[in-house]
Amino acid sequence: MSTTTTTDDDTGSGAGPGDGTGAGDREGGQPRGLGPLGWLRWAWRVLTSMRTALILLFLLAVGAIPGSILPQNVVSVDEVNTYVRENPELAPWLDRFYLFDVFSSPWYAAIYLLLFVSLAGCVFPRAVVHARAVRARPVHTPRNLGRMPYAATFTTGADPETVLGQARKVLKGYRIERYGDSLSSETGYLREAGNVLFHLALLGLLLALAAGSFFGYRGNMLLVEGDGFANTLPSYDAIYPGHWTDTDALEPFTLHLDDFEASFIEDGNLRGQAESYVAELIYKESPEAEEARHTLEVNHPLTVDGVQVYLLGHGYAPEFEVRNADGEVVFDQAVPFLFRETATFTSDGVVKVPDTGGEELGFVGVFLPSAAETPEGDLVSDFPGAENPRVTLEGYRGDLGMLDPQSVYQLQTSGMEELGSSPVLGIGDSWDLPDGAGSITFTGYSEYISLQTNRDGARVPALAAASLAVLGLVTTLFVRPRRVWVRATRGADGRTRVELSGLGKTEAAGNNAEFHELTTELAGRLRNDESDDNPRNPRSSTPSDPPESTTTRE
Amino acid sequence: MTYTLAGTVDETMASTSDMLIIAMIVTYAAALFLFAIEAAYGKRTNLRAGKLMPVTVGSGKDAGAAGSGDDDLDIDVNVRTTEGEAQASQSNLGRVALGVTTLGFVMGVAQIVTRGLAAGRWPWGNMFEFIVALCLVAVGGLLYASFRYQARFLGAFVLVPVLLLLGIGVKWLYVDPGPLIPALHSYWVPIHVTATIIAGGAFMVSGVAGVTYLVSHRAEARRALGQKVAGIAGRLPSPELLDRISHRFILFAFPLWTFGIIAGSIWADEAWGRFWGWDPKEVWSFISWVIYAAYLHARATGGWRGPKATWINVLGFLTILFNFFAVNYMFSGLHSYA
Repeated sequence: MSTTTTTDDDTGSGAGPGDGTGAGDREGGQPRGLGPLGWLRWAWRVLTSMRTALILLFLLAVGAIPGSILPQNVVSVDEVNTYVRENPELAPWLDRFYLFDVFSSPWYAAIYLLLFVSLAGCVFPRAVVHARAVRARPVHTPRNLGRMPYAATFTTGADPETVLGQARKVLKGYRIERYGDSLSSETGYLREAGNVLFHLALLGLLLALAAGSFFGYRGNMLLVEGDGFANTLPSYDAIYPGHWTDTDALEPFTLHLDDFEASFIEDGNLRGQAESYVAELIYKESPEAEEARHTLEVNHPLTVDGVQVYLLGHGYAPEFEVRNADGEVVFDQAVPFLFRETATFTSDGVVKVPDTGGEELGFVGVFLPSAAETPEGDLVSDFPGAENPRVTLEGYRGDLGMLDPQSVYQLQTSGMEELGSSPVLGIGDSWDLPDGAGSITFTGYSEYISLQTNRDGARVPALAAASLAVLGLVTTLFVRPRRVWVRATRGADGRTRVELSGLGKTEAAGNNAEFHELTTELAGRLRNDESDDNPRNPRSSTPSDPPESTTTRE
Repeated sequence: MTYTLAGTVDETMASTSDMLIIAMIVTYAAALFLFAIEAAYGKRTNLRAGKLMPVTVGSGKDAGAAGSGDDDLDIDVNVRTTEGEAQASQSNLGRVALGVTTLGFVMGVAQIVTRGLAAGRWPWGNMFEFIVALCLVAVGGLLYASFRYQARFLGAFVLVPVLLLLGIGVKWLYVDPGPLIPALHSYWVPIHVTATIIAGGAFMVSGVAGVTYLVSHRAEARRALGQKVAGIAGRLPSPELLDRISHRFILFAFPLWTFGIIAGSIWADEAWGRFWGWDPKEVWSFISWVIYAAYLHARATGGWRGPKATWINVLGFLTILFNFFAVNYMFSGLHSYA
C-alpha cells in the first residue's frame, strides 16, 4: 500500500490502523511539529481519502485473483488436498500466505476492513453534512449571475413580481427561496442521499455476512434410498459450524429418502448429459411433528425449521450379501460408491465386513452402471444411467484395523491377505471366495444422494442490504443535483431584465440543455402573460433547441 | 430410474438459426467496412446537437427554424465550456452503414429467437449462445448511441470486437441447440443471465468508447504539440464527448451488473446451498464489480479523471472477457459450462 501525500516516503505504510496507536514511537520519519494527535489526524485523513479508497479497491480486486486460480478450502477441500499432493514443494509456502484460504485470510481481511473503515470514515461525515444540507435553505443568490456555467438574460414587459411568480411555476421540483429581487433554487438532493445509502448498505452487507458466518453452519451427508437422517452432529459426514454455533442444539428435523430418479440424455452428441434429478423426501420438523413430503431438485431446496436442505449430487450404492464360511449371512446392505466422473459414473467403493465369526473380510470394488467392452477388451461404463450394472471386486482377509478411525471409502490392506479378484458380477451373481472363506453376492443396487444442509441467518438481511445498495446506486448515478437562480430587475427603460443562471453540481452534459429549457419556458410563459387579453395563440410551451449563442472559453 | 430421449430439437428452426448467424456476420462485416471508410475518409463536420454534446450552441439556425416562435423571445445565452463543437468524421456512407448494421441486428434477433424455438428454451444456456447475445446487446448499444447521441462514429470500433467474438463463437464455441444441464433448469436463467448479458454488452460498448477516447486523447495531445495527426485518429470526435459516451454506458451497466450478481446469488442460494461461495466465476464477477466501482470513484477523484480512469474502464472490460473465456476453460468451478 502506498500513499503519496507527504514528503517522507517511509510513512507510506502509515495508512494502516496500527499507525494510530504506534504513532508516538515513530520519531524518525515524522514531519516536524506533528504530535501524536497530529499523526492520528493525518492517518485518518489519508485513510479516508478517495485515493486510498481507490488503492484499497484495487488491492481488493488483485487479492481476489489467487482465490480464483488456486483451489480454495472454502470451495473444495478435496481439490486443495489434490493440489497439495501434486505440489509438495510449493504448497506449504502457499499455505503460509493463506493462499488456499484467501477470502478468510488475515491479509485479505485487512484489505476489506481497511476499505470499510475508510468507507465509514468518508460516508458518515458526508451523511451528517447532507442531513444538514437537506434541512438548510438554498444558498444566497450570487451577485454576478453571468459567471455561472449557464447564464441567460432576456427582457420582458412583465413586472419583476410576475416574473418571479412564473419562475416559481417553471422551477417544478426545485426547492425555492426568495432573496430580495431573486429566487435561489436547488434540486437533486437525492443524489447524495443515494450515495450515503449505497455505502451504508455495503457496510450492512458486510455485517450481515459476518453475523451469518459466526452463527450458522453447513453440513454434508449421503442418504441412500430408503434410509433416514436425523439432524444431529454425529449424523453428518462433515459439518462446518460457525464460531458461536451451538452444535448440540441443532434443529431436530428428520429426513427420509423415499425415491430418487436421475434421467440422462440417451441420443445424439449430448448423450450422457444429465437431464434432471428428482428426490422424493419425507420429512418431519421435529419428532412430534406431522410427516410432510417434498420433491427435492437441484433448483428446489427444502426449507425446514430455518435450515435449507440442498441436493448436491448423487451416486450408486450397490447392495451386497456376504456369507461366512458356514454359509450364514453376515452382511446385507447397500454400500455407497463414489463416482470417478459424471460422464460414465464408473464408481469406486469399499465393502468392510468386520463380523464374520472368523477373520474379517474386506473388498475393494468398481461399479459400472452401463458396462460395455471396448474393442481392446477392457470393461468400461459408457453411460451414466444403470443400463447394464456390473461389479468387480478384489477380496482381502485379515484385520481391517477398524479400532483406529478410518475412511469408509478406503481399505487398509496392510494387515490383510489378498484373496484375488472376482469375475465380473451381474445382479444376482455370487463370487465364492477361495479357501472356503465364504461368498459375496451382488444383489442389486440403490441410489444415494449427497445433501447439504445450511443454516445462514444472513441470507435475508444480506439480500435486503444488497437491494438497498442497488437502490442507492441507481439514485446516486442518475439524479443530477443542480442550482438555478432567477433575478428580475426593472431597467431604466421600464422593461424587466430577467437573468436565469444554472450550475450543475455534477459534470452531466445534460444540465445546460435543461437550464435552457427552463429559460425558454419562463420566457414563453411571460410572453403569454403579456398577451393574455389576446386569445389568439394558445402556444405550446415546448422549448426548442438552444439558440445560437456566444461560446466563451475558460 | 428412468431415461428420456433427448429433448426434441426443431431441425428447421435450428438450421434457420445457423444460417442467420452466418448472414449476420457477413452483414456486420459489410457495415464495418462502410464505417471504416467513413471514419477514414469522411469530412470532419459538426454533429447535430445532442444529449451528450458540450451544450451548445445548436448546429445551424435551429432556433429560427424550429417554428415555435422562440426566435422572437430574444434570449441572450452565455455558456461557459472548455470544449469546441462536437465534430466527427461524417459521410453518407455512414448512414448506409447504420442501415446495414440495423439489418444485421434484426438478423441477430431472429437468430436468437429461432435458436430458442429450436431448443424449446431460453436461448442463452451455453457459451456460444451467451456470446451471440452479448454481441447483439453491444450492437444494440451502438445503434442506441447512434440515434440518441449521434455516436455513429463508434461503429467501426464496436464492430471489430463484435466480429471477433462472433467469429470465435462460431468457430470454437458452437454447439448444436439442445436441452440444458439440470443446474440451468430455473427461472433465474432469464433473470440472472439476461442481466449479465445486457450489462456485459453495455460494458463492451463503454470499453470500446474508452479505447477510442484514449486514441483521441493522444491525438489531441500531439496536436497540441504542433504535430500532425493523420488517419482515423486525427478525425475522431473530441475526447470529452467519447468520455461522456463511455461513462454513460457504465452508468447503465454498473447497476445492472450489480443486480445480475445479486440475482445470481439468490439463484446460487437455491441451487447450490449458499449465496456466495467464492466460485471462480463469482470471484471474477466480484473483481469486475470492484474495478468498475473504482472507475466511478476515479472519475470523482482529482488527478484520476481522464486517461487514468479510462484505463480502469478498459481493464474492467478485460476482466469481463477473462471471466467469460478463462474462467470457463481454465478453472474448474460450478459455472464450468464449457
